[in-house]
Amino acid sequence: MEAATATTPVRPAPATGSGWRRTDRIFVGVCWATGILLCLIAGSLVLFMLVKGLQFLSVNLLTTHPVSDLDQSKTGGFLDPLIGTVILAVLGTLIALPLGVGAAVWLTEYGRPSWLARAVESGIEMVAGTPSIVLAIFGLLLFSQQFLSFLSFTAAGNAVFGRSFFAAGAMMSLIALPLIFGATRSALQAIPGHVREASYALGKTKAATIRRVLLPMSREGVATGTALGMGRIAGDTAIVVILLGATLRLQGVGDVPVVGTLRGTGSTLTSYVYNNSPAGEGNAPDKAYAAAFVLLMVVIALNFGIDLITSRRGRRA
Amino acid sequence: MTGPVSPATEPNRSDRRAELMLGALASVVLVLIAGMLVFVLTKAWPSFSHNGLAWFGSGGNVDDQLIDIFNSPANPDKYEYTLHAWPLLYATALVTVGAVAIGLSFALFAAIFIVEFAPDRLRAVLEPVVRLLAAVPSVIYGLIGILVLVPFVGNHLIGTETKKSVAYVVQLSGNSMLVAVVILTVMITPIMIALIVDALRAVPGSWTEGAHALGANRWRVVWTIAVRAARPAIVGACVLATARALGEAIMLSMVSGSVGFAPNPLDGLTFFVEPMRPLAATIVDNAEGLSVKPLGQTLYAFAAVLLVSSLFLSLGAWAVRQPMKRYGVRP
Amino acid sequence: MSAGSTMPPPIRRIELDASPTVVPPSAPETKNGGHSSVGLAAPRRRPQRAAAGIERMRAEALSVAYGGKPAVTEVTLPVRKGEVLALIGPSGCGKTTLLRSLNRLTELTPTASSTGSILLDGEDIHAQEVTSLRRRVSMVFQQPNPFPMSVFDNVAYALREQASRRPARDQLRPQVEEALRRAGLWEEVGDDLSHPALRLSGGQQQRLCIARALAVRPEVLLLDEPCSALDPRSTQTIEDLILKLRDELAVVIVTHNLQQAYRIADFVGFMYLGELVEYGPADQVFGEPKAKRTKDYISGGFG
Repeated sequence: MEAATATTPVRPAPATGSGWRRTDRIFVGVCWATGILLCLIAGSLVLFMLVKGLQFLSVNLLTTHPVSDLDQSKTGGFLDPLIGTVILAVLGTLIALPLGVGAAVWLTEYGRPSWLARAVESGIEMVAGTPSIVLAIFGLLLFSQQFLSFLSFTAAGNAVFGRSFFAAGAMMSLIALPLIFGATRSALQAIPGHVREASYALGKTKAATIRRVLLPMSREGVATGTALGMGRIAGDTAIVVILLGATLRLQGVGDVPVVGTLRGTGSTLTSYVYNNSPAGEGNAPDKAYAAAFVLLMVVIALNFGIDLITSRRGRRA
Repeated sequence: MTGPVSPATEPNRSDRRAELMLGALASVVLVLIAGMLVFVLTKAWPSFSHNGLAWFGSGGNVDDQLIDIFNSPANPDKYEYTLHAWPLLYATALVTVGAVAIGLSFALFAAIFIVEFAPDRLRAVLEPVVRLLAAVPSVIYGLIGILVLVPFVGNHLIGTETKKSVAYVVQLSGNSMLVAVVILTVMITPIMIALIVDALRAVPGSWTEGAHALGANRWRVVWTIAVRAARPAIVGACVLATARALGEAIMLSMVSGSVGFAPNPLDGLTFFVEPMRPLAATIVDNAEGLSVKPLGQTLYAFAAVLLVSSLFLSLGAWAVRQPMKRYGVRP
Repeated sequence: MSAGSTMPPPIRRIELDASPTVVPPSAPETKNGGHSSVGLAAPRRRPQRAAAGIERMRAEALSVAYGGKPAVTEVTLPVRKGEVLALIGPSGCGKTTLLRSLNRLTELTPTASSTGSILLDGEDIHAQEVTSLRRRVSMVFQQPNPFPMSVFDNVAYALREQASRRPARDQLRPQVEEALRRAGLWEEVGDDLSHPALRLSGGQQQRLCIARALAVRPEVLLLDEPCSALDPRSTQTIEDLILKLRDELAVVIVTHNLQQAYRIADFVGFMYLGELVEYGPADQVFGEPKAKRTKDYISGGFG
């Protein structure tokens, strides 16, 4: 068909605006509204905690021991709870680190038999989804048994108290475990196969490869997982309330220096905040705000550390 | 990855030892977890066996029943177990479903905003802030709730008339379902936003480009292509948030009222300000009584319900994700 | 042949038994486009158009830059109905950028800026709503990119998104079928339109993308190296398709493959470093290119 100067009708441009239906515009408006609402809520939360925290926080509070007094608002600081938080975070991470890294290494590098590998993976996922209150009362059940009485205080009448830093730390490690496991596994899986092949070609055994090549390469991933785990431990309240014995100050058990404290009871920033709020016994909202502020700063610092690690890794990659 | 890379030669003794040691470590973890399941379920069994299916039903004041269990005589044959936990289950369901429904809708649109419509500088501020909010401990949310929102609701939103009119049934003090749902929503939304943002960003650019080239406007491209491709991740975020909401004990025990009361939707607006107490919060509130055997077993029964619900949740999520695989949406 | 360790390795000549036979170039014939002067000896696959069709689009002094770096410089060329316009040139010379600016897809890149104008049927495309522009100018990409949906939903996508009320499935079926027939895919997928699109083979996926682009009955079809990811048989199928579609639409195809351009183009635009070096009927550009650079490129002097 030869069309010389065909007068094919030109399709007229459709009416403008037909690309956007009215519902589309409404949805975009909803998106903007949500975004602005998000900014407002986040901003007001941060500002509120900042204001209240700085209002009530003083260096004095950070360095004085708490005093059990009827009038809580005038006496004592929260040094002990602060130490308690640090002890728990360190203890929990110390227990979780070998377990998590070991399980992750086994899963990525060996993983035989496969039913066991799948079971371990599902098990850790289950722990990640378990509420901390359930972990707490399981911990109480576990540590109240006679064979574990050396880890806590045994009252007269042979009733194992079951509540101590050891007990709380052990359960806290279950909270950090999935995070460390996941981060280590991602880091190990991100190492390309040719690195391992090069190491085997040089004659190194698998164990040596893991120890000398793979683990150092996944240092940043492990550090990220550890920081995440520490953050979650520092912020957890349920396990502390149930497993730490709820004494305001650190009460050691027995005479051995460090182990005595760990066998004993105490409190952390989280349980301190809980107890000083109207839900607990104390009625010192000021101190609760101050302690909450310190807790928030700790969590922000940990998150900031994680961002630093991942951005350094991103820059190097 | 096609499986672990191993040296071609036979593993020597040190390799075998390392493998056994690491395998033992991993198995320890497994044994601990399995032990937890077994322990909790065994301890919980008497409470279920004494009540049968009526455990899940309603009848009587659950707080009184808990006190009776606590005061059981010391004779094991005479242990009191009667419990009708329906108000607690109902409260848990209300708070969880409410928070997740509101939170999911909010998180979806907020995530779309962050990925698609936000100006660059705003986006650079919002993303770290959202991640920070996801890491804030729950006790801080509880503190703000109990010191700010509860008095606000108690003094300003509920009139004295209303309080007097229901005083014979329940005390309206601001510790209420409303505050609980609001704070729980604020608690679980940031993590959902972060997960959905990651999922939207992971959608292959060729799809969105192709949709643009076909003349769909920006909103339609995001909605029909990106959100559709991110559906499995959205389901995952939902499951995570629901698990967190189910297990939240401390914050809810601070703000929801500590009364085993089942809010009645037929009460009209008062429905929202009635106090209640979800399962996890009940465990915390009664934790001192754990040494009393029957109460301990009842509390373990609550824990067992929570554990089993988490399990069903994961299964349900897996089942929902399967049909999405057919058309190539990566799970 | 030994050399010091610091000297570069010596050049070794390859010894041949006999000198290779070289087919001498035949005399240039521009009347019926049989052979070209630079060695492309295969006969062209379809007859030359006698007269030019109506002009659908026109780029006037178009310049596009990405973040200050110019990608396209001062290009003027027409796109006419009933013709295949092939844009050829080495990598990174602005062919794809030019193509993408024809349907304003460059706007998706935040750093892009452009001067000059592009007219569609006489109107500046920047003055129109971009979604209605893209209904009239459709694009097919280099890598097949079917959506993760069924075949039916893929083809019906544009129809559903462009309508002001959501059309019913029965309403869409005839249009979907027509588009699939035009794309030559109907015989293969017609019996199961809910087949997942991502499970088709590469050539089928690309034809599905063409069907998807044709569903809204565009006036101009843009193709960005559509066959570069496909095997020769699929390539031939799609080239036949393009030649069939040429009657109803204006087709612009960017291609790396000189032989492909030789086979199917009516007009050719040669771009080098963002400039339109030469534009003209395919016979002339392949037969007697006016610019030296064009001659060098077509004869394989650089690539």
